[in-house]
Formats: sequence, structure tokens, C-alpha cells
Amino acid sequence: MNLRDKNIIMDEVGMKRALTRIAHEVVEKNKGVQDLVVVGIRRRGGPLAQRLAERIGAIEEVEVPVGIVDITLYRDDLTMLSTQPMVHRTEVNFDINGKVVILVDDVLYTGRTVRAAMDALIDLGRPKRIQLAVLVDRGHRELPIKADYIGKNVPTSAQEIVSVLVAEIDGIDKVVIQEPINET
Amino acid sequence: MKLDRRKDLLGIKDLSREEIDQILDTAIPMKDVIKRDIKKVPTLRGKAMVTIFYENSTRTRTSFEIAGKYLSADTVNLAVNTSSVQKGESLRDTLKTIEVMGFDLMVMRHSMSGTPHYAARCTKMRVVNAGDGQNEHPTQALLDMFTIREHKGTLENLKVAIVGDIRHSRVARSNIYGLSRYGCEIRVVGPATLIPPEVEKLGVKSYYSLEAAVKDADVVNVLRVQRERQQAGLFPSLDEYAELYMVSPERLKGAKDDVLVLHPGPMNRGVEISSSLADSTQAVINEQVTNGVAVRMAILFLMMGGAKDEIAG
Amino acid sequence: MKLLVKGGRVIDPENGRDELLDILVNNGKIAKIGKNIRAKDAQILDAQGKIVCPGFIDIHVHLREPGFEYKEDLATGTRAAAAGGFTTVCCMPNTDPVIDNMAVARFIKEQSQRRGVINVLPIGSITKKQGGEELSEYTDLLAAGCVAFSDDGRPVMRSDVMRNALEYSKMFGVPLLTHSEDAYLSAGGQMHEGFYSTFYGLKGIPAAAEEAMVARDIILTRLTGGKLHICHASTAGTMELIRQAKAEGLQVTCEVTPHHLTLSDELVGSYDTDTKVAPPLRSHEHIEALRAALLDGTVDCLATDHAPHHLESKDCEYDMAAAGISGLETAVAVIMDRLVNTGILPIADLVRLFTVGPADIINLPKGRLNISDAADITIIDPELTRIVEPEKFYSKGKNTPFKGMQLTGWPWATIVAGKLVYIDGNIAEE
Repeated sequence: MNLRDKNIIMDEVGMKRALTRIAHEVVEKNKGVQDLVVVGIRRRGGPLAQRLAERIGAIEEVEVPVGIVDITLYRDDLTMLSTQPMVHRTEVNFDINGKVVILVDDVLYTGRTVRAAMDALIDLGRPKRIQLAVLVDRGHRELPIKADYIGKNVPTSAQEIVSVLVAEIDGIDKVVIQEPINET
Repeated sequence: MKLDRRKDLLGIKDLSREEIDQILDTAIPMKDVIKRDIKKVPTLRGKAMVTIFYENSTRTRTSFEIAGKYLSADTVNLAVNTSSVQKGESLRDTLKTIEVMGFDLMVMRHSMSGTPHYAARCTKMRVVNAGDGQNEHPTQALLDMFTIREHKGTLENLKVAIVGDIRHSRVARSNIYGLSRYGCEIRVVGPATLIPPEVEKLGVKSYYSLEAAVKDADVVNVLRVQRERQQAGLFPSLDEYAELYMVSPERLKGAKDDVLVLHPGPMNRGVEISSSLADSTQAVINEQVTNGVAVRMAILFLMMGGAKDEIAG
Repeated sequence: MKLLVKGGRVIDPENGRDELLDILVNNGKIAKIGKNIRAKDAQILDAQGKIVCPGFIDIHVHLREPGFEYKEDLATGTRAAAAGGFTTVCCMPNTDPVIDNMAVARFIKEQSQRRGVINVLPIGSITKKQGGEELSEYTDLLAAGCVAFSDDGRPVMRSDVMRNALEYSKMFGVPLLTHSEDAYLSAGGQMHEGFYSTFYGLKGIPAAAEEAMVARDIILTRLTGGKLHICHASTAGTMELIRQAKAEGLQVTCEVTPHHLTLSDELVGSYDTDTKVAPPLRSHEHIEALRAALLDGTVDCLATDHAPHHLESKDCEYDMAAAGISGLETAVAVIMDRLVNTGILPIADLVRLFTVGPADIINLPKGRLNISDAADITIIDPELTRIVEPEKFYSKGKNTPFKGMQLTGWPWATIVAGKLVYIDGNIAEE
């Protein structure tokens, strides 16, 4: 499927601002960073979690633990895929029991990824609370899941694709809406 | 071709380096799961697998079974009275019966080479070879390779000596086929009666001298000696075998300082391996067992997921 | 009842014929061979573009009757032979009961005449019940129509028994057809021992298992002055031993099978039980040696070792599968396609190896086109291309590793004692 960029909805500066705002909201909502850890959902949630943790740490002048959760083994759509996706490691090298986990992902869409990530987290321990932070909420939820922190709400149609690009993986920071090109 | 596109895993002989890498890479996160407090992931929920062993092997069978359970597959062990094989129902009929119970995958061990290959043609179930006669034991070789890679950081261009009954060993064959994909220098060593004909055409060097074979070796894989080989007259006594081929710290002096010692188990201490070596830090025999579960989890995950109708034959 | 075979290329090596000729058959016998024969009242068989030969003879088949009719019987086995271009076959005695007495030999003669469509000559066993211990009653067996003796399917392991058999059979001038296999060296073996047995992890049968017995039997032939024929010779070493024995003037002959000349041990890698046969498919070096021996006269004849099996004895684990290939219906096409069409074997040699070659071993006055001999004629269509489809075999045995292969050069018509029994793909039923 060929895609074409339809609309750039966030650039590098916009992403920075959104993450900074979310960092402040996290600190405010949790009244500090006591027992706070940040976990990104592989793949692009990983770098975003890292950045968020750094910003939160800078505000409170502490080091916030940050990890990555791989949700492949918790996905509910494996039987619908023609090939198995690659499984990667979950890298949460700290105890999450009794912690407030800020779960970070790039785009919130159906909610299925977040469901899988929460199951994966709970298999690692019993957090006191899980809060969800996303850079973009594009709607179309299929599960009763809601984000606690949102970079930007973007109404979309189901045909559109929202792509978050991050410098660590893609070499550039931006969020674009793409749509398929109809080949005739 | 990747493993998740294959119907069956019958031998390393059939696998490309890309497929082996895929399995070994997938086994890394699987090993993490085994080390957690909650050793279970839901990924194969609703899938069913059966182990059918026409030859006794508690450890391989248990390893497959727990691998399946850690992934939430339903696993069943089918008891086979091996002595009734000659007269009982045909294998085709047995497989049909199992298939219609709804199993997605069958793990098969058989004393006759090629039987999993035949079974794979008889059934729609996916078939994993858990050792067939003298032919192959692919999951053992994969766990050996996983263990080697973990310790050496790579599989490339290592010097690997395989010691013992090469002729009758499916472990040796699968290791040779696998390691040769990575440019390893493979040496096989054992008494002349236990070295198979034209073995060097497999791309290995063969030796009768243990010391010569382990010189500068990065890895030594010690095979189990089956007592029935002595009874068949292939060597005079276990004592004489031990005198010539028992691997011990003294006899490994010519190997690299950090030589890794593997053994597929169960060990005959004092016959093919000395107790002092088996209990040393160079020997990673227990780690192999853990890695076996991880590698089998990787294989089960890769083979049992995905859309069935698009699987190549 | 006259039949005129018109315009074919007649190849009759013994009589030095290789030209376009007509053959007139009258009352089951060859009446005339020549150019432009006219016979108003004869049925005409247009053989233009075909190769017309003396009837092909296979001295090594297993027709399984009596005792194993679920594998093959005299009706199906002879139809398979006719479809394969054979007018005469010799059937091995590993039946149940064994052909070790007059009654069984007569049963086969009578039943094959009644229910069969070609000539069937029984082979008696060397030892009673093929047990390898006591000699069978050769006089009775010969009187009942046996043409040779064999314990084929198993070796005569005891050297003293073999010595006695060679010595005793010498009186009658008939050969012993030996299955040369040292059962201790081959025990448990599933395929040829060599690189591929190592690669595929199957227990090997060394070439030495055959050669050791061939050497023993040649030495015993030298001792006794008997007549020895080595069945399904399959190794380079066997050929060298036979070559030396012949040079020495011993009465030693041998046959090779189409599968040993064309298929190698590499094929076993699929664990397809149709590749399992005794002796096993050998490696390329052995195949080359067999082909060389075919050309230099060391090999006396081709024989199929037709060994039909029931599906169940092949649809199983490799180790448990029965050994053998259903070979009658593919033999000629395999040799045509793989050896003649490729320029390895002259067509005249193919004809010789299927006619006078086997006939002379068992002292049979067949294999030539002589006036007033029984009109046994095989006609080959060298242009016909077909895929081997075992499900269409006349034989009950569908076990062939040639399945699915495309071959060019097939038997087109088979005439037995003047009667057209097979023509253009069909058995002519009464």
C-alpha cells in the first residue's frame, strides 16, 4: 500500500512542547514523583518514555526509572496475521510493585495495544496505579480505555493513518496524517 | 522462508541461517519470561499441542510441555506403548485420531529416522521433530547454539569439537548442519567404529585423538555414550572408551582457556565426561536445559501463531 | 489366424538383423521375415516408426502367488509384464508355500496358463522353505518346469550349503540365482552406506555386504564347477569380481536392474519408502560402474526384480517398510529414456540384454526371431512420451520411485505365441 502525507499535525517543536506539558501534568497530578516510573510501549513509545522521564526528572531534580514493555506476546490479533511479528525483550529493570506507572505510547487508537501493555505490566508485578500518556489520541476506541495525558487530540477517519516519527528511530521528529493512494 | 511460514520443523538441514537467527533471537525474550515470577504469557491461548514420544525421553518431553504451558497453549502428552508399535494401529491412523481431536501442533520423537517426515505428510498438524533415530534433533542443536551464542557473543567462525558416538548421534548431525551455517570449524572425534562413513563431506574434520580435536577449541560438545553400542561390539568396554575419550579438565588443556563444555544429558559421569569437568564453571549443562525451554517456546510461538491458510507446505 | 507386423525396424541381435522388415506370424509361429510381405488373409499391425524385437524376457520377478495374492497374483502380474513389453518372466520362489516342491511349481505353470497372458517359468528354491539348510528336490522341480534355483529374498548364509547346492545343481546344468548379501554386514540397514546414509541418518548397508558374498560364491563356483548367476548386482566391486571370474572362464553371469542403473541413494532423503529396495539404491560411483559393465559385456542381462507390495507395507515408517519396487511396467521405458535416448546404451544392446541375454542364462530357446519358433514379439514406440502413473499400473503393486517421471520410449505392443496381448496401452482381454 502506498501512502501519501496528507497533513503534518506536529513538528519537532510541537512534540517537545507537548511532552513538556505532559511532564508537568504528571508531576502535578501525582503531587510529585514519589514511586513514579515511566514505561514505554515498544516501539515508538520507548523513546517517548525516555524523553518524558528526562523531563519529569528535570522538573523534580531526580532520576525517574524508565523501561520498555514489548507487547507481542500479549496481542489479541496474532491469529489474524499472516506472519508472526518479531518478539523483543521487555526491559523493565526495576520493581513495579506498588509503583505509579506512567505507560507511554505514541498513538491511542483502538485501545488494544494499551490493553495488552497493561496485561504485560501486571504480569511483571502489581503497580499501585497505571496512568496512560499518549502523544496523539485519534479516536475510534474499541475498548473502554481513556488516556490520562494527551499531547494532541486529532479527529481522523478510519482510512487515515497517523504516523509518529521519532528521531531515535526515524531520524526526525514529526507527526503526520497519511492516506492510501488509490492506484487505478 | 522463515519458520513461521513452514508447516513443520523436521531438521536443521532444511533451515536457512535467517531462520535459525529468527528462532535464537525470539528465544531471548522467552528466556526473560521463564525468569519472571509470573512465568506465563497468553500468546498461545486457545492453541493445543500434543507430544507423542515413541522413545523414552523425560527431559525433552518435559521441556516441550512446560514451554507450551508458559505460552498458555494446552499441552497433552500422549502415552505410547513403544513395544506395541510393531503390531498396533498404523502411524497414519494414530495421527488421524490425534488430528481430529483438534491439535494444532504435534511434537514427535521416534526411534526410526525420517518418521517425523513421514508423519508430516500424513497430517495437517504442524510437526516438530523432537529427535528421529540417528537423523536429527533440531531443538537440541538450536538450544546448543543459543547457549554458545550467549557465552561467546556470536556463532561465527568458532572452533567446535563434538566428541563421542558421531555415527549414531542425531545431536551431532543437527549441530553440524547448524554450526556450519556460521562458518564454524567443526571437528568430530571418537573411535573409528563410531565415526560415520564419508563424514568429512559434511564439511567437518574427523579425528581419533581427543587432544588433537580439542586443540584451540572454543566449544566442546560431549555426546552421551549409549551402552548398547558396546553390546553391539563397536568398542570393547566402557573403561577403554573412557581411557580414550572421557573429556576432563586435563585433556582440555590444549583448548582455549574459556572453552565452553556442552552435554545434551543425561550424563554418564566417568565415561564420556569426568565429574570434575561436569561440575566446573566451564560446563554449562544446566543452563542448556533452561535454554532448551526458551528455544522451544520460541519455536512453538513462531509455528502456532499466524494465519494457517497461508502456510507453505 | 495370421498376423502381419508391417514396416517396423526389426532388431534381432542374435541374427544380426537391424532393418525395416515385415514379420508374418501364422498359427502362433513366425512364418516369414522379409521385405514387403503380402498376406491377404492376415491381420495387419502397422509398425512403422516402431522397433520390433524378439519377445522380452525377465528372469527375476516376484508374482507373489501363492500366498501373497494381496500383493500380486498370476493374472495381474502377467498383465503388468505384458504392459511392460515382456513375453516371458521367471518367478521367484519366495511364495507361501515356497516353490520347493513339484506341487507348487505345477500350480504356477497351470494357473499362469489359465489366468495369465504371457509365459511364466517358475524358479525353484535352492533350499527347502528357503531355510538355507537342506537342498530342495531339484529333479522334481525341474520335471515340474522350473528353469533355475534361487533363495532370492534372502542369502544362503551357510557356505557349506552353498557349496553343496552348486555342486549338486551342476548335474542338471541349471544356474543358481543368488541374492548376495551378508546378513550380518547388512543387519538393520535401510540404505546404501556412504555419504548419504551419514547425511540422512539412516543405518547403511555397505557395498561389502554384497561383494563379500559374491566373492564367496565365485570361489565356491571355482571349487565346484557349478553355474552361478548373481541377481541384482549393484556395486562396482561386484562387477570387478564378475569380470575377473568371466576372464578366468568360470560359469558366472549377472543381471542388473533398471533402478540400480538410474537412481541413486541421494533420493532416499525424502524418506519416501518407495526408494527402499534390496540391494539398496547405490551412489553415483556404483551407477557409473554398472553402466560401464553393461557396455563391456560383464552384465549378461537386465532384470526388474519386480517386487510389488501392498500399500500398507509401504505407507509407514521407513525402517518398517517392505523393500522392493514394482518394476515390470517401467523397466523398458526407464532404460530407453535414461540410457538409450541419452546415447549411453545402443538400442541393439538394450534388445540383447532383454532377450538373448536372459534366455541364455536359463538355457531357454527364446530371445531370437527364428522361423517356426513361437512368435513372441515385443514392439517399442521410441517416440512415445508418458508420465509414470502407478495408479494406472496393471500390477497390484503401485510402489515405484519412478512415479511422476516423464519417460520417452515405451512398449507399444506385446505378442505372445502369435497372440496380440497388449497394444497401445491396453491389455487385449478375451
